[in-house]
Amino acid sequence: MSTVIDHGHADHAHGPAKGLMRWVLTTNHKDIGTMYLWFAFTMFLLGGSFAMVIRAELFQPGLQIVQPAFFNQMTTMHGLIMVFGAVMPAFVGLANWMIPLMIGAPDMALPRMNNFSFWLLPAAFLLLVSTLFTPGGGPNFGWTFYAPLSTTYAPESVTFFIFAIHLMGISSIMGAINVVATILNLRAPGMTLMKMPLFVWTWLITAFLLIAVMPVLAGCVTMMLMDIHFGTSFFSAAGGGDPVLFQHVFWFFGHPEVYIMILPAFGAVSSIIPTFSRKPLFGYTSMVYATASIAFLSFIVWAHHMFVVGIPLVGELFFMYATLLIAVPTGVKVFNWVSTMWQGSLTFETPMLFAVAFVILFTIGGFSGLMLAIAPADFQYHDTYFVVAHFHYVLVPGAIFGIFASAYYWLPKWTGHMYDETLGKLHFWLSFVGMNMAFFPMHFVGLAGMPRRVPDYNLQFADFNMVSSIGAFMFGATQIFFLFIVIKCIRGGPPAPAKPWDGAEGLEWSVPSPAPYHTFTTPPEVK
Amino acid sequence: MKPSLYSPCGSGLARDGGRSGAELPALRPSSQASQLPQKVQSQVGAMADSVPLKRLVTRLLILVLAMFAFGFALVPIYDVMCKAFGINGKTAGQYEGEQMVDPSRQVRVQFLSTNAIDMVWEFHSKADEIVVNPGAVNEMLFVAYNPTDKPMTAQAIPSISPAEAAMYFHKTECFCFTQQVLQPGERIEMPVRFIVDRAMPKDVKHLTLAYTLFDITARQPPVAVRTGG
Repeated sequence: MSTVIDHGHADHAHGPAKGLMRWVLTTNHKDIGTMYLWFAFTMFLLGGSFAMVIRAELFQPGLQIVQPAFFNQMTTMHGLIMVFGAVMPAFVGLANWMIPLMIGAPDMALPRMNNFSFWLLPAAFLLLVSTLFTPGGGPNFGWTFYAPLSTTYAPESVTFFIFAIHLMGISSIMGAINVVATILNLRAPGMTLMKMPLFVWTWLITAFLLIAVMPVLAGCVTMMLMDIHFGTSFFSAAGGGDPVLFQHVFWFFGHPEVYIMILPAFGAVSSIIPTFSRKPLFGYTSMVYATASIAFLSFIVWAHHMFVVGIPLVGELFFMYATLLIAVPTGVKVFNWVSTMWQGSLTFETPMLFAVAFVILFTIGGFSGLMLAIAPADFQYHDTYFVVAHFHYVLVPGAIFGIFASAYYWLPKWTGHMYDETLGKLHFWLSFVGMNMAFFPMHFVGLAGMPRRVPDYNLQFADFNMVSSIGAFMFGATQIFFLFIVIKCIRGGPPAPAKPWDGAEGLEWSVPSPAPYHTFTTPPEVK
Repeated sequence: MKPSLYSPCGSGLARDGGRSGAELPALRPSSQASQLPQKVQSQVGAMADSVPLKRLVTRLLILVLAMFAFGFALVPIYDVMCKAFGINGKTAGQYEGEQMVDPSRQVRVQFLSTNAIDMVWEFHSKADEIVVNPGAVNEMLFVAYNPTDKPMTAQAIPSISPAEAAMYFHKTECFCFTQQVLQPGERIEMPVRFIVDRAMPKDVKHLTLAYTLFDITARQPPVAVRTGG
């Protein structure tokens, strides 16, 4: 058993290699985390620019700027890039940076695989984005790529899209395996599961969700590939298949996927709110169980996306009640966050502003989700802008604000400098106002019947759409400002102490800022 | 003493769970991606309460493969569920049974004939609807005509609305059980014989049998001369 590997105890610490190859070959969790975060931000700007095209076209009724065919490619690519390119890699980046620091591990458990997981992503997205320049155009069937739109009627480039999804899936699965292995095997002595910060807990559960559903997505696009090229009929009624089957397989992946995009944000906010409330998190244990319940329930609610395809009454009732049930653990979480703030010594630095906005606005998104969960009401709301409003309220102030809050919270640890608090707050308020202006009116036009994924609309929706577009431009431009704030923070600023937030708890604050290239080479003792 | 092994750049990384926490891990002084044989990492203990890294990763990979297989298993599961619960208006195969006629009840059966996109045949039923008694055997003729100058193969896919009536709609004979090959300019009449089950819920008074006709010439090239009726 004991294979002694002695390298002469050459204990001189070494930093990163020099030059470009540092980033190509790195197996350091901090380097890889940084690359993930930059990649996610790049994709966020790219997906955001597609959203700007959409909102510019919808600024006024009538076709002004782009043709419907291109508009469809924009909505599809916006969704795909934001989900798979921005939100998921951002959380993997945060996981890479913070999980080893939070559990006292020297690195991720599988560092080489970590490198490979990251480098698959640029390949996948180059492949995906390149389809926009192919003769038939890029994917135009919506990010949910329902068959037969994505099979029989798809542009030629759909095969590129399928391979891109395969690559992203492999990347996510490897990332998830890495997270599970790190959390289960590399915790410092004394760091029992129930002592882990909630960000680690939520990521552990997220990783299991990824391992469970990304293979199903891979299977789904594989079936598409076979239908398109090898003459099978999984989703083709002509050969005995069924297009509705596609929706079942897709949403079996798709619903857990939406929790994959929000659970890590829950975890980050559960670290940030106690810090700026100067109180320990209220109800830690219930938070863990609530997260696990949400993850479990996410597997049995998928058909609420399909209330109108014609599922039996019993099915509609089951999926409706199961969906409404998710409000219970989510309510527990919101209650705990509010109780953590209750009678705390609150201060509102930028991370806290984003975290508080997260709690309020995510709850609004949750409530519109409850409205959509009611099957008979959903017959009316289905495929309207109300749905768009709902999922943007859970994803933008949910997932994205969670990422912004995390970024501001841990930027001092990453860069060794404090970010500019005034600019940070300005970023928050511009984002907050822009985001609400963009998405709140969508509730109204949706309830009034404006359908999703249209480049043109009825005149009665004109004013609200103009407000939406102005808000969207404001939100979009604000994110360039965020880039400026981050670069400014990297280049200089007041030096950050090891623990820049007086109320912060956790191992990550026990290492200096910026975090050295190698941390916890000796396991810390956790009491 | 068991070694602690730490290679921030290597392929393997594991920690001896604090049992030998006093021993400093050996840092590899190289920044090039390296180097440790895979089997070494599995020989180093992980945390006391956890499974070794290699076994853990193997288990997770098995889970990944199982879920990939599950994705494909959803296909037959879906078919079984549709059959068992009559979801999606899917009708079963050929019905062999017989039923007593229920003269006290009447059900209106409506027929829809639709061409899938790119299908050019003329395709319609002889009548739009008939009124039937549950239990009785009824027949409706559908007409198909190939107006093109080449032989074509077609497949009709049936669907019943409301979906919960699908399991009470039995076809003793249907052109949808086979494919149709039509020569250029050929016209045929295709029968469907069906029984509406006596056990069908009383609140269903009206049902629709919809056929969509697909061109499957590319998938099943027709033989040049038709061999049978």
